[in-house]
Amino acid sequence: MLDVRDLDLFYGDAQALAGVSFGVPLGSITAIVGANGAGKTSLIRAIAGMETPRAGTVRFDGHDITGRESFEICDLGLGQVAEGRQVFPTMSVEDNLELGAMVPRARKDAAASLERVWQMFPRLLERRRQMAGTLSGGEQQMLAIGRCLMGQPRMIMFDEPSLGLSPAMVHEVFAIIRRLHEEGMTIVLVEQNVAVSLHMADHACVLENGHVVMEGRGSDLLGDDRVRAAYLGL
Amino acid sequence: MTIDLANQIVTGLLTGLVYSLMALGLSVIFGVVRVVNFAHGEMTALAMYAAWALFTWAELDPLLGLPLIALLLFVLGYVMQRGLIDAFVAKPEHMQFILLVAVAIIMVNGSLLVFGPDAHGIQVPYGFDTYEVGPLLVDKVRLLAATAALCISGLLMLFFRRTMTGKAIRACADNLVGARVIGLNVKRLYAVTFGIGAACVGAAGALLSMLIDVMPSSGPELTMLAFIIVIVGGLGSMGGALLGGILIGVSEVLAGYFLMPSMKGMFSFAILILILILRPQGLMGARK
Ligand SMILES: Nc1ncnc2c1ncn2[C@@H]1O[C@H](COP(=O)(O)OP(=O)(O)O)[C@@H](O)[C@H]1O
Ligand SMILES: [Mg+2]
Repeated sequence: MLDVRDLDLFYGDAQALAGVSFGVPLGSITAIVGANGAGKTSLIRAIAGMETPRAGTVRFDGHDITGRESFEICDLGLGQVAEGRQVFPTMSVEDNLELGAMVPRARKDAAASLERVWQMFPRLLERRRQMAGTLSGGEQQMLAIGRCLMGQPRMIMFDEPSLGLSPAMVHEVFAIIRRLHEEGMTIVLVEQNVAVSLHMADHACVLENGHVVMEGRGSDLLGDDRVRAAYLGL
Repeated sequence: MTIDLANQIVTGLLTGLVYSLMALGLSVIFGVVRVVNFAHGEMTALAMYAAWALFTWAELDPLLGLPLIALLLFVLGYVMQRGLIDAFVAKPEHMQFILLVAVAIIMVNGSLLVFGPDAHGIQVPYGFDTYEVGPLLVDKVRLLAATAALCISGLLMLFFRRTMTGKAIRACADNLVGARVIGLNVKRLYAVTFGIGAACVGAAGALLSMLIDVMPSSGPELTMLAFIIVIVGGLGSMGGALLGGILIGVSEVLAGYFLMPSMKGMFSFAILILILILRPQGLMGARK
């Protein structure tokens, strides 16, 4: 579904990604783990067209999307639940969701998508007229996920969806991701919660200082001594 | 004496509403694209020249020419943003400043070249008609211009509240990263926003052409006026632009009434300084 080859990304002179290659099979959950500053967010932003890589290629669903604009990439069905949720704080919950369906691919089915999101997140329906900025962190994360679904993506990249949430909310967010996966969604999951994400993932890669240092099945990485020492504190 | 004063205040209030519409354009552009349009008054002057040309050569009433002029300015604004300003959106402010001042100077000298240094005014057939409202005398032209300006401002607010394009533009101002995350075409929305700001200017220019003369030096004066209004009202606030315009409109006539008309600019600047000292974010601006 997604194929990243030899991706280099620089911020000025500082290299954030160095020759990153990995693949995401259709219908899989692929986890990307790594310490703070390893380049996980940079990788997602480069794939999504929000940063321009210096070298390498990104292919999604048969299209070469390297260096394409973010709105074009979204319209191909590559969605993103970004770090920090990135909702529109002074706009209502409903407006936030409707804006998610502005991409051409999703526009004409917006009403049906909205119904689906209300069903999935009754909490959001209760608060449909409330400003997004007044929601709790967990509700904002639901909103960010719902807004992404409004764009009818075929693959979603989640960047630290559980960051800063209460344990109950973390549980709920992971349950939603599992459910989307069961419904056939292809998922990339970037998480600081390494244990949970490796458990969930079919496939995972470990990022260190902008390099992929390990790649393999989630369960294999979970059993790997280096991973256990570095990320699980075991 | 008091009747005369009341008449003056009404005059200022009505003129101020037209100023508001012009300033609204500046505020909308800044609020979304985060670029200060230093060519704002010059664009207003262009719109006034367009209204004058349509009136003189095609006998078209400025009120009827207004939609056409607004459309022309929309296209000008859209093209300016796409072709010129977009490359400077992420650049430091002083570079944006130089760019737009250059655009302003070209517009001033262009109009000097085409229309010459003389003042051009429009005298519509109903230019001297007045309405008696109780003891007050209200100019028909001014009332029409103010009503049109108010309606257009209202439509603009509806556009931003109700239409999807309007909401998408607000989303860009609210959270630019979020806008890109969900695949909004930010460059296009910025161009539309600049176009809308310019269309406000076009409409305001068409209306102003019935109230004041235009000459090449009107451009810089109107830029200054728009700046004072949005700073007094609160940069980026639509309601602030409306309030600021009315305030400055009224202050101008009061200056003329109590002192002399040539002092009106001084009054506006005095208000500006007072606001900067007492409430730097503007009357309706959000505190940073
Ligand atoms: N916009 C930016 N400008 C400059 N450097 C950045 C920017 N974003 C991230 N970086 C740097 O790139 C590296 C990778 O950051 P990031 O991708 O956010 O890592 P992660 O998401 O894994 O924590 C870090 O060293 C960070 O400081
Ligand atoms: Mg990150």
